[in-house]
Amino acid sequence: MTSLVADPKSMELVRLATTGSVDDGKSTLIGRLLYDSKQIFQDQLDAIEEASRRRGTDYVDLALLTDGLRAEREQGITIDVAYRYFSTPKRKFVLADTPGHIQYTRNMVTGASTADIALILVDARHGVLEQTRRHSFLASLLQVPHLVLCVNKMDLVDWSEDRYDEIVADFRQFASRLAIHDLRFVPVSALLGDNVVDESANMPWYSGPSVLHLLEDIHVGSDRNLIDCRFPVQYVIRPHTLESQDYRGYAGTISGGVWKRGDQVVVLPSGFESTIESIDTYDGPMEEAVPPMAVTMRLSDDLDISRGDMICRPNNRPHAGQDIDAMVCWMAEAPTLRPGMKLGVKHTTRWARAVVRDLQYRLDINTLHREEGAAALALNEIGRVSLRTTQPLFYDDYRRNRETGSFILVDEGSQNTVGAGMIVGPTES
Amino acid sequence: MSTSYELTHLGALEAESIHIIREAVAECERPVLLFSGGKDSAVVLRLAVKAFHPARLPFPVMHVDTGHNFPEVIEFRDRTIEALGADLIVASVQEAIDEGRVVEETGPRASRNRLQIEALVGAIEKYQFDAVFGGARRDEEKARAKERVFSFRDEFSQWDPKNQRPELWNIYNARHRRGEHVRVFPISNWTEMDVYQYVMEEEIALPGVYFSHRRRVFERDGMLMAESPFIPLMDGEAVFEASVRFRTVGDMTCTGAFESTASTVEEIIDEVAATRITERGASRADDRTAEAAMEDRKREGYF
Ligand SMILES: Nc1nc2c(ncn2[C@@H]2O[C@H](COP(=O)(O)OP(=O)(O)O)[C@@H](O)[C@H]2O)c(=O)[nH]1
Repeated sequence: MTSLVADPKSMELVRLATTGSVDDGKSTLIGRLLYDSKQIFQDQLDAIEEASRRRGTDYVDLALLTDGLRAEREQGITIDVAYRYFSTPKRKFVLADTPGHIQYTRNMVTGASTADIALILVDARHGVLEQTRRHSFLASLLQVPHLVLCVNKMDLVDWSEDRYDEIVADFRQFASRLAIHDLRFVPVSALLGDNVVDESANMPWYSGPSVLHLLEDIHVGSDRNLIDCRFPVQYVIRPHTLESQDYRGYAGTISGGVWKRGDQVVVLPSGFESTIESIDTYDGPMEEAVPPMAVTMRLSDDLDISRGDMICRPNNRPHAGQDIDAMVCWMAEAPTLRPGMKLGVKHTTRWARAVVRDLQYRLDINTLHREEGAAALALNEIGRVSLRTTQPLFYDDYRRNRETGSFILVDEGSQNTVGAGMIVGPTES
Repeated sequence: MSTSYELTHLGALEAESIHIIREAVAECERPVLLFSGGKDSAVVLRLAVKAFHPARLPFPVMHVDTGHNFPEVIEFRDRTIEALGADLIVASVQEAIDEGRVVEETGPRASRNRLQIEALVGAIEKYQFDAVFGGARRDEEKARAKERVFSFRDEFSQWDPKNQRPELWNIYNARHRRGEHVRVFPISNWTEMDVYQYVMEEEIALPGVYFSHRRRVFERDGMLMAESPFIPLMDGEAVFEASVRFRTVGDMTCTGAFESTASTVEEIIDEVAATRITERGASRADDRTAEAAMEDRKREGYF
């Protein structure tokens, strides 16, 4: 019986983001990944069979599996990020399913922010469209380390190798302008299942892996930053119990680097130096800790450290400053982002206030053209922004570290999250 | 590079959950953890203990008590909370009924499931909790698949699926106005299988109803319901004894059992791997009413 269950000691967690234009077949592809990897249960299948019948579809529409909220069901479209789960004996996948429809940018940015792999769909009949370029650009802006282009509906182009090659060449040419580190292509038919889980008999000219096999094999462990030690202090643990009266630990999630007991560290902003006395967890002290572990550090010296401080190595510090340039994706209908505007900013575990000093340009995400002199960023627009914060932030360039290079912007009235920022570096004066 | 730098999927999930719990506690003034005695809340409780170790849990634990409990679950609850030295608050549906805040349903299909909403919301208001930890998972149900980890509730405890905050990276925005609160779901990204595997790895205790046991049951709507004083039998329903277990613990009136011989966590894992019915489909009588049932209840403030 135990062969049914993967050994939890050897399974890895991988995060995916999927996107495509409406009708490219994303829901069908995901439905099939779930179905063929046996993640769909009988009662769910019964429900979609019933729903398919009610809608008058004559086959079981696997796309319905991923169709969430009622309003969306009524409109027949997906409009928010939805999370799905499936696993193989090697990996557990968390899939952020992002719609290609309205609010696509905001949703895709959200889904891609944590993704290891982005799956982008194109319809083989239409090839690389404006939307495909936009989705790919967003994946590269968010620094998703691996991008897989699924050329779907191959059944509708007679399984043509020439057509596939043409699309691949077209996409490669465009992608050369983007920072995509690892790019893969798979010809599929989501509807019929070719190259989704099992290899296709209809495309003997393709010898590569199916989508699922690719997802299982792409190496993601080395995408983390194991060089720059970064530990944003999240919470100070002081038990006040008799057994551990003098305990003072700094709890947080490791955002970069390999940490060991005895390492020299410096705490920002104070600049005090100390050494790591112990890296604690509930399960006992750790010899070494790496991202994204949640641990508690104790230092050899009694320092005044609080939430929002950054622990790092004396010879490898993040930028510290209040004048920061970032690519910002604006996520609110109102207000729009304008120079002079004041916002809350949350970076790692640190809150500050920020004023928008300059909107250097707005980016046309279809052409990558920089529109200088734009007055504002509206919902779903992206631009390069200069901010001045009330307190220094301890940050890295987003390209170097997604955790210490990102922030969110918060409206001070509604308290809603209205923007997402990827830090480019200090503002040049 | 040493392979010890690789986290297992449970290690990665655990780290994410601990990060979420610490973040909510750091940013909110009055957090509380909902504890039903079920496996999901037992896992959330363990994660919370890990997040603040060696300090004690920096917030109380709350049970929304329908009064229709499995006695072994209540016993388990009290034992678990006492061992941790945590504070337990009981939000009682019976009290809400007695005070006239809600009206009890009647008839053989009467359930107090919906009444939990009022008891929960009443307690949140009374104690002014502004962060409420729950054990919901996104794989449980379609409406949950889109819910944020930090899920915002207005002053009527309502959830607005159309107006959710974007949630990026591991940066969570817990800010809220007075009277509003956030529901925080630390195990959003866990599946039922992850939960059981973690229970096994961490040796987390679960109430006996999860494991195969002999019980007097009757069949209703294709599920086995436990014989209890809270559910009157309908015509044609007959009580018999069987070896059963439950996949969720909740109100006895709407939690179904099924025949099983799984008597250890390991055997449960094998059974879950082999089974072709989702957890909710198998055991929640109330979810079957309408395809959109869950979404409707969530809007009103359900967990
Ligand atoms: N012939 C063919 N049709 C497909 C394929 N994949 C999806 N479709 C159809 O294309 C339409 C849109 O698919 P859907 O998955 O809903 O697209 P989404 O909007 O990207 O989620 C549906 O009618 C699908 O049945 C495919 O590989 N081949």
